[in-house]
Amino acid sequence: MVMERELYKLTAHELIEKLNKVEITSQEIIDSVKNRIREVDSKVKAYVRVEKLIKLANSPTRQLANILNGIPISIKDNICTEGLNTECCSKILGGFKPPYDATVIKKLKEAGAAILEAKTNMDEFAFGSSTENSFFGPTHNPWDLECVPGGSSGGSAAAVAAEEAIFALGSDTGGSIRQPAAFCGVVGLKPTYGRVSRYGLIAFASSLEQIGPITKDVKDCAILMNVISGHDPLDSTSVNIEVPDYTKSSHNDIKGIKIGIPKEYFIAGLDSEVKTIAEEAIDKLKDLGAAYKQVSLPHTEYAVPVYYIIATAEAGSNLARFDGVQYGFRAQGTGHRAQGLIDMYKATRGEGFGEEAKRRIILGTFVLSHGYYDAYYMRALKVRTLIKQDFDEIFKECDCIVTPTSPTPAFKIGEKAADPLKMYLSDIYTISANLSGIPAISIPCGFTRKGLPIGLQILAKPFDEEMLFRVAYAYEQNTPWHTIKPKL
Amino acid sequence: MQYEVVIGLEVHVQLKTKTKAFCGCSTEFGKEPNSQACPVCLGFPGSLPVLNKVALDYALRVALALNCQVQECAKFDRKNYFYPDLPKNYQISQYDLPLSRNGFLDIYIEGKARHIDIRRVHLEEDAGKLIHRDEASLVDFNRTGIPLLEIVSEPQLNSSQEAYEYLTTLKNIIEYLDVSDCDMEKGSLRCDANISLKKKGAQELGIKTELKNMNSFKAVKDALEFEIERQTELLGAGEPIIQETRLWDEKEARTVSMRTKEEAQDYRYFPEPDLTPFIISQDKIEEIKKAIPELPREKMLRFMRDYGLSEYDAKILSSSKKYAEYAEECMKASNNKNKKSIANWLIGPLASAASGHHCAVPDLKILPSELVKLVEMVDLEVVSNLAGKTVVLTEMINTGKDPETIIKEKNLIQISDTSALDNIVDEVIKENAKSVNNYKTGRGNALMFLVGQVMKKSQGKANPKVVQEILKRRLTDA
Repeated sequence: MVMERELYKLTAHELIEKLNKVEITSQEIIDSVKNRIREVDSKVKAYVRVEKLIKLANSPTRQLANILNGIPISIKDNICTEGLNTECCSKILGGFKPPYDATVIKKLKEAGAAILEAKTNMDEFAFGSSTENSFFGPTHNPWDLECVPGGSSGGSAAAVAAEEAIFALGSDTGGSIRQPAAFCGVVGLKPTYGRVSRYGLIAFASSLEQIGPITKDVKDCAILMNVISGHDPLDSTSVNIEVPDYTKSSHNDIKGIKIGIPKEYFIAGLDSEVKTIAEEAIDKLKDLGAAYKQVSLPHTEYAVPVYYIIATAEAGSNLARFDGVQYGFRAQGTGHRAQGLIDMYKATRGEGFGEEAKRRIILGTFVLSHGYYDAYYMRALKVRTLIKQDFDEIFKECDCIVTPTSPTPAFKIGEKAADPLKMYLSDIYTISANLSGIPAISIPCGFTRKGLPIGLQILAKPFDEEMLFRVAYAYEQNTPWHTIKPKL
Repeated sequence: MQYEVVIGLEVHVQLKTKTKAFCGCSTEFGKEPNSQACPVCLGFPGSLPVLNKVALDYALRVALALNCQVQECAKFDRKNYFYPDLPKNYQISQYDLPLSRNGFLDIYIEGKARHIDIRRVHLEEDAGKLIHRDEASLVDFNRTGIPLLEIVSEPQLNSSQEAYEYLTTLKNIIEYLDVSDCDMEKGSLRCDANISLKKKGAQELGIKTELKNMNSFKAVKDALEFEIERQTELLGAGEPIIQETRLWDEKEARTVSMRTKEEAQDYRYFPEPDLTPFIISQDKIEEIKKAIPELPREKMLRFMRDYGLSEYDAKILSSSKKYAEYAEECMKASNNKNKKSIANWLIGPLASAASGHHCAVPDLKILPSELVKLVEMVDLEVVSNLAGKTVVLTEMINTGKDPETIIKEKNLIQISDTSALDNIVDEVIKENAKSVNNYKTGRGNALMFLVGQVMKKSQGKANPKVVQEILKRRLTDA
């Protein structure tokens, strides 16, 4: 019998069982998680504006007969929660309280989840791969506090890894769920584009991103996917395809599954330890009955440049609305007739945005500008189609594709911060899935000699998350990685 | 004049859908500021647009009525610029794959047809309204997101007169389609003009200026005329025309340079990623085409044929859909008898009465069957024309009573019976010896004077025609 104060260690599915047997109450779970946060978050800093959380120790109990039965969930700071600060960890959205819930939040509430009042840390506006670009300072990797947790959903991943969250939501535009999941040794899934509603997700790159689960194990991930997936009439890009019961895909059998291993992902630049561990993981899948073959994704080398043209173009436009007129930050002393409109815009955006945000806005503005549109943006759109077609070809013969999630394990805080291009290259394995819209999951597959987690990425064809769950679950259940926790 | 005038018009029409283009907010005009706004049209972080299907249908209706080719696959684009009345700091519009292209509109100047090509008709969202005060500028977002149709003509209009005619013809058609109120005062129709001059016979177009801030069709005409003069003078003096935007100053009756932008705005158009491209099927096009009613020109020609009207009269009757429909109801109510009479009443006395009440003819709420009865009674001389179009009509409008009741109550039945009139005529002849004399000595006006006297004595009830006959006989006899 798990001690009350150790409820934070359990998975959602274990807690659901206990709740259903009325062995525990949801209030006990919430208190346990909050105590854990008080205990370790000063070191990990997975949460932002956490003072509120600690003060509100008595959140209302919800003993509903719903799937999630009052279990607390941690939400990334770019997902709108009604009445709860949602700031994208940026100065320019300081104090912003959305007047509405994102659709996924509505669905979670309907399923009985309790939304934790403090949000998880992230790179400002999801611009980054390390959570070092947050206005509130970086999150620390629970496995090595001097290392980054990955980004941009670094807070959510670290919280789950440090057991400061039962489960969490993140967002993935170029790998922002999967890469931090890999760095933190937890499970993270990016759904097929259109599988989960984006209504209420503060937009970075509208044609690339999805909200997705970050969890302790594959089953929890499936449970969350069941809740948040589905067509939303408020999101024109969400697709009207039936949501299967993803928990039914976890049946521990992958005999005969055909796995593709893309040769372009196993070249120079891939850390040798990561390579070894990933290859061992692939061998494990073979032992479990899967067949694998080498395949080619010939346009892989263009993925990063194509991404940084399309994503920044969309980002520059999506971030134009942050101007000090209606909500959020407005530079002091501006907005008066004497000073004028342009001055207010310049001062507000100049002071309100961080370095990386400005970098991306400038880049995005440039690639869409007169005279450059055809050479950059239009061309990038065309190459994007080629990248997607590479995957279409592979999925004619393979059920899924397996790669390392990231070319390196978690790097030290500050190590790549000075070199944006180096930072961009850490997305090299995750970015193509966003460009093609296909679903992908990262699961823990081992540790480096220094004890840093390594993630294995599985990709499947559009709307085939069931394949991801099937392969991920089989691997997970036959390995010990998901049971090992960091010492904090 | 050695210069040819080249004018192109860009018209924005607000579609009168119940809700906005991309959200469920109401589009009602004149409500409390910022009472019709939501996270979507306010551009709040995380909000997403969803296309209003009715806006698309209305847009297609206009595109097809203007003979455009409809794009099979159309998409939206973002037009990026910063301004406080544009909450997202981009407008959802259409750039390279608009809803429709290559249409035309025929206008008629002094009976001659002029074919004006329409470059494109596309759908976009409106911005909010800025109100400038001394201490601050205020923004009202009620208007943000209302669907707008942008109709761009080719630069083929050659005079301010043609521009005016283009606008009235276009407005007429759109009203008939029932997709917009086309009210320039309420801002549901706006017009910008591009104008340039070129030497007669020259191929190359001159430098154009863009004219804005014209709040009526007349203002458009006046602004264009001013600009033609201004450019003519400059060209005559050998000075260059600066390509710029000029605002029409109604009070000073002149255009003024805006002088705020040195270079053209770069809107950095790119496909709107939050809205998927939409396919317009042939079936949809057919469905919309069928729903297009008889348009103004066709109706006018038919009125000429069926009711024997002049083009002038027929044009008046077909000038508004409601008016035309009312006219046709009246014709039906009369079983197509007295068509010309009824038409004349609609254009004459009823139009005057409506003008007096500051409303349209159908708003007078005279039942078609009752108008028909009144016309019949006047034609049959049961009541005099004068009494009919003044006393009876006014009473019908004010009380809603039917004409027969009114005529009885007010004792207006015309006396046409000669025996009844003889006595009155005899009296008048006796009392007006001088006039009788004048008549006999050939002063024609005397007759009318005497008729008038009979009318007076009979309290207007005598049938003037019959009176005239009786007088003539009497005076010749005597």
